[in-house]
Amino acid sequence: MKSHRVAAASGIALAILGVLMSGCGAAGAGSPPTERLVITGSSTVAPLVAEIGKRFEAVEGVRVDVQTGGSSRGIADARQGLADIGMASRALGPAEEDLSGHTIARDGICVIVHRDNPVERLDDSEVVAIFTGRHQEWSEVGGETRPITVVNKAEGRSTLELFLKHFALENRQVAASVVIGDNEQGIKTVAGNPGAVGYVSIGAAEHAAARGVAIKLLPMSGVVASTEALSAGTFPLARPLTLVTRGTPSNLAQRFIEYARSPAVSDLVRELSFVPAS
Amino acid sequence: MFRRADRLLSCSLWLSAALSGSLVLLIAAFVLVESWPALTAVGIDRFLYDPSWHPAGGPEVGSFNLVPMLLGTLLTTLGAIVLAAPLGVLSAIFRRVYAPPFLGRAYRWLIELLAGIPSVVYGFWGLVVVVPILASFEPPGASLLAGILILTLMILPTTALTSDAALVSVPRRYLEGAAALGLSRWATLRGVVLPAAGSGIGTGILLAIGRALGETMAVLMVCGNVVAVPDSLFAPVRTLTANIALEMAYALEGHRSALFVSGLLLLLLVSALVLAADALERRAVASEGGAVG
Repeated sequence: MKSHRVAAASGIALAILGVLMSGCGAAGAGSPPTERLVITGSSTVAPLVAEIGKRFEAVEGVRVDVQTGGSSRGIADARQGLADIGMASRALGPAEEDLSGHTIARDGICVIVHRDNPVERLDDSEVVAIFTGRHQEWSEVGGETRPITVVNKAEGRSTLELFLKHFALENRQVAASVVIGDNEQGIKTVAGNPGAVGYVSIGAAEHAAARGVAIKLLPMSGVVASTEALSAGTFPLARPLTLVTRGTPSNLAQRFIEYARSPAVSDLVRELSFVPAS
Repeated sequence: MFRRADRLLSCSLWLSAALSGSLVLLIAAFVLVESWPALTAVGIDRFLYDPSWHPAGGPEVGSFNLVPMLLGTLLTTLGAIVLAAPLGVLSAIFRRVYAPPFLGRAYRWLIELLAGIPSVVYGFWGLVVVVPILASFEPPGASLLAGILILTLMILPTTALTSDAALVSVPRRYLEGAAALGLSRWATLRGVVLPAAGSGIGTGILLAIGRALGETMAVLMVCGNVVAVPDSLFAPVRTLTANIALEMAYALEGHRSALFVSGLLLLLLVSALVLAADALERRAVASEGGAVG
């Protein structure tokens, strides 16, 4: 009787161990017979590429492996050949002429305020004055007497980099009252505070405003913030989502890039609040 | 037969224990290894005395002051435990001593439900309900106070349930002795039950502190996350955990390593807590043994 129970207990313990061990071993054993495409880089681009990858897998019968780690990692990995394709949420710069970039979609950033805020527009110098803390009250830019809550993005986010670059600011100069992570958190924060001002991806903001979330998209330099203006190329604060390769890409990588730029995936691009490149 | 099964059992149990233990050590070693580049390139004193936290520039041009975030973690935790500990203990006493049984059961069920709600739901609720309410009094709303309120709600089940368990485990003969002495309910509580349950309640509070220190998502959503020493309850704060969650996905090299330093700091805080809990328990066991013997 007792020995049965002992045997059962040791059986369970061994089974647990076995599961743990096999978990470690399985990763190395048995390489998949299918071709594999490794794509790394920007976390802005990654969700889109992952979706495109799923569809591409179904079409081509290959495996697409998408890993995030920032635009810089995407470019470094493509250069060193660690990845077949790198992802960057910006255009390639002059120091990156050894690489070729392929735009798959465009993303824009707009300033948002609470829906009940009477302010209809802010020119660039006003945005700078607000974000650096020189204006502390909405009345200073023609609004109500209400303190301004500046919503900034966390260090390292590409939205932050693009915003700062456009307004020629440094993050140290920004007098933030709230620091947020992703677009959704930014939209909720602004919707919950009539004095808040922030900046998020246009697609996400447009989507939220259409759903009735209490935010308002402000025009930038006189251009209305909309995905139409973005695809027309007139919106000033925009960035291309880029796939990066070094030299001539492999046949498979080439096919993937063509697929990612084709109309076959433009529904995915729109679903993720971006604008198709072509 | 018997002896072989026994040996098999002891072997497999040894292995299981070694595996669990070594996993913790592996994680600690990993955090240390990952934070080492920042510790050597930046130096510990810069993590304490730099003018701000702007780590994206790397060790040369960036700033790496972690103190405001350490304070953020400690203040939110302190505030939450100051609210949740008395609430939890008093509600457990109410349930065990004063409440009619049906109410006590319903109450316990509610507290268990509270314990089962995922932290991201608390955070979301905080972001869309609590923060706007606070913002209408004192913008920006996302603040130390919002963090404390949400954390209180999250650790209340821990303090309430562990206090409850501690009260249950008070030996029956103590209560019978108190009854035989003709003590009133309050005198029994104060003179007998609470001293006997004290170490269990204390351990529960330390557990709750551990949970509050480590909480990430909810705090990230309601605290505002500005890296600054808060000058009031309505000022935003960033905790060490929120710092990691906010920046890790986008951090490279020096920045990434600096984030592991905040992880290391958190690990040290929790280790200190575990040691404290251990000491408390040992003291309690010792004193109980004395009383019985």
